[in-house]
Amino acid sequence: MTALIEIRNLHAKAKGLEILHGIDLTIQPGEVHAIMGPNGSGKSTLSQVLAGRDSFEVTEGEVIYKGKDLLSMAPEKRACEGVFLAFQYPVEIPGVNNTYFLKAALNSVRKYRGEEELDAMDFLKLVREKVKLIELDEELINRPVNEGFSGGEKKRNEIFQMAVLEPTFAILDETDSGLDIDALQIVAAGVNALRTKERSMLVITHYQRLLNHIVPDFVHVLVDGRIVRSGGTELALKLEEEGYGWLETKVS
Amino acid sequence: MSTTTDKLKEFVDKDYAYGFVTDIEQDTIPKGLDENTVRIISAKKEEPEWLLEWRLKAFRHWLTMTEPTWPNIHYPPIDYQDLRYYSAPKQDKDKPKSLDEVDPELLRTYEKLGISLEEQGRLAGVAVDAVFDSVSVATTFKDKLSEIGIIFCSFSEAVKEHPDLVRQYLGTVVPYSDNFFATLNSAVFSDGSFVYVPKGVRCPMELSTYFRINASDTGQFERTLIIADEGAYVSYLEGCTAPMRDENQLHAAVVELVTLDHAEIKYATVQNWYPGDKDGKGGIYNFVTKRGKCAGVKSKISWTQVETGSAITWKYPSCLLLGDDSIGEFYSVALTNNYQQADTGTKMIHVGKNTRSTIISKGISAGHGQNTYRGQVKILKSAEGARNYSQCDSLLLGDKCGAHTFPYIEVKNPTAQMEHEATTSKIGEDQLFYCNQRGIDTENAISMIVNGFAKQVLRNLPMEFAVEAQKLLGVSLEGSVG
Repeated sequence: MTALIEIRNLHAKAKGLEILHGIDLTIQPGEVHAIMGPNGSGKSTLSQVLAGRDSFEVTEGEVIYKGKDLLSMAPEKRACEGVFLAFQYPVEIPGVNNTYFLKAALNSVRKYRGEEELDAMDFLKLVREKVKLIELDEELINRPVNEGFSGGEKKRNEIFQMAVLEPTFAILDETDSGLDIDALQIVAAGVNALRTKERSMLVITHYQRLLNHIVPDFVHVLVDGRIVRSGGTELALKLEEEGYGWLETKVS
Repeated sequence: MSTTTDKLKEFVDKDYAYGFVTDIEQDTIPKGLDENTVRIISAKKEEPEWLLEWRLKAFRHWLTMTEPTWPNIHYPPIDYQDLRYYSAPKQDKDKPKSLDEVDPELLRTYEKLGISLEEQGRLAGVAVDAVFDSVSVATTFKDKLSEIGIIFCSFSEAVKEHPDLVRQYLGTVVPYSDNFFATLNSAVFSDGSFVYVPKGVRCPMELSTYFRINASDTGQFERTLIIADEGAYVSYLEGCTAPMRDENQLHAAVVELVTLDHAEIKYATVQNWYPGDKDGKGGIYNFVTKRGKCAGVKSKISWTQVETGSAITWKYPSCLLLGDDSIGEFYSVALTNNYQQADTGTKMIHVGKNTRSTIISKGISAGHGQNTYRGQVKILKSAEGARNYSQCDSLLLGDKCGAHTFPYIEVKNPTAQMEHEATTSKIGEDQLFYCNQRGIDTENAISMIVNGFAKQVLRNLPMEFAVEAQKLLGVSLEGSVG
């Protein structure tokens, strides 16, 4: 089996400071990997580097995605190739209708793949179908992108976008933060419904709680810019009980 | 981040699409300005004595005036003697009676600009008056409109055919002595549009004037007068373009609107004069006085402007709210890119009781562009129960441009309700990255964000033009941020 994504010895820095000190991670098609770690361990940096944010500089290493060099691609090209990032802090775009935004996004992805662009009617049909998946208020999808949304609504909107864009590789960056338990269950159910044999996910979280609902195939612990431990779900449970302290002492 | 700035920069460099010159035989007068110039213009237009006198009064007054220095714009002094004040396409002695007689080269020019003068054209349902340099070359749908009593013609024609109406209203909103540029216009104005909508008539189609500067070293001084009689309604739109030239060209227009009881005028502008090149060379100096008088009770005047062109824009479409319960509105998007400068805004003068005004101003600055909002809201003592709502938002692209806001508020009646909101924001790296991450490239992302920002204003434009204006905002920004 060829890996969907292979991260090799990835080093990255921001504002002159190295944050990732050599990450190695291989994800096969259909697998869900969770990354856990304390604040400041580099979890979000990893997600942003993979999505192509230019405020981070990759200083060493490579990322092979679908057999291609991911790091040489512009962020929009990565998106068109099926990389999706559910933002930890979704961005507001005043005056730009959510549906309009998403239609533009979907059509640029479709165009890239050489597919026919969807017209307004077909798109609306698709939206109606996907909106049920995460129980998003239909009224919200006609408001400006994320403007005036509650924290929970923003996170749900991210998963809604993911459902519409149908990525091959989805990164969920602390999608559980700021969600109450009901919202968490809805979001998790939405994500689980999107699990397929081809689609891989990287779930970044602070808390084990999310992993009761989105059960990963592998759990990795990121501390100080390195993966210090990998295992199954039992690793997440151990972290929940004992915290990160026992790992940190071993690393240094 | 620097990379984002680079992307913005790339985006903001796109060429002006209307910069071509039409090769056509012109009837021009020598450069320079004195009383004789005024007389020549008046004679060429075969004007009555009273109009010549009015022009001369304006000219003599202009000689005593100095150019205003208060605007937040900078340009080398204009040599008013080094300009030509009249230029018209040469035509057979009698003006063309129908489109068939209009010089085909002119028709092609407007075709190229996307303005069809053929009445079956793309904008069927919109009547167009086309002004080429100093004269109106064609007005469409005239006969159809005249059946319901609407007069829509060039200003010169109105002077000949409807002298009483012109005489009754000319200079009643913008007096000949109003300001330096309006006074200059009063002396040397060439042509423009005239509209009269009689009592109780709703104009069934959009009226539109398309202004084109073609000749070099020539100023354009058009004058438009629109009157909506009691209970009448009209929606009017003007568009403008000019060739690309290295020299700056002067455009000083005057627009006067009058609404009587229960009448309404909507006036929209999509201004896309040549803005100059990337280094700030050339471009139109756009010094325009636009003012509406809500003379009647419950009358309404609404200004919508999309200002993307010109090296310098200086204009303050205003409303004088005389009639009780009258309403003034101003919706503006002004975009400055490269070295463009705009000092624009409005004046809302509340005189009548329960008068209301709304101001929505959206300034977008990119490149080295400087964008100033200057607005005055004045509530006079007589304006019991007046209300104003003002909102001024600025959007910056890049770090070399500027946004400035100068609101002037003067309230002489304690019952007035005033609201003022202002924001300044930058197109964030966050927003661009978010769009990119969803597969939308930077160019489309900027265009989307800018249009979202301007939406409140654009939705006041007639549908066909709203689409044009959206594209224009995108194009004007291409290659914009340094």
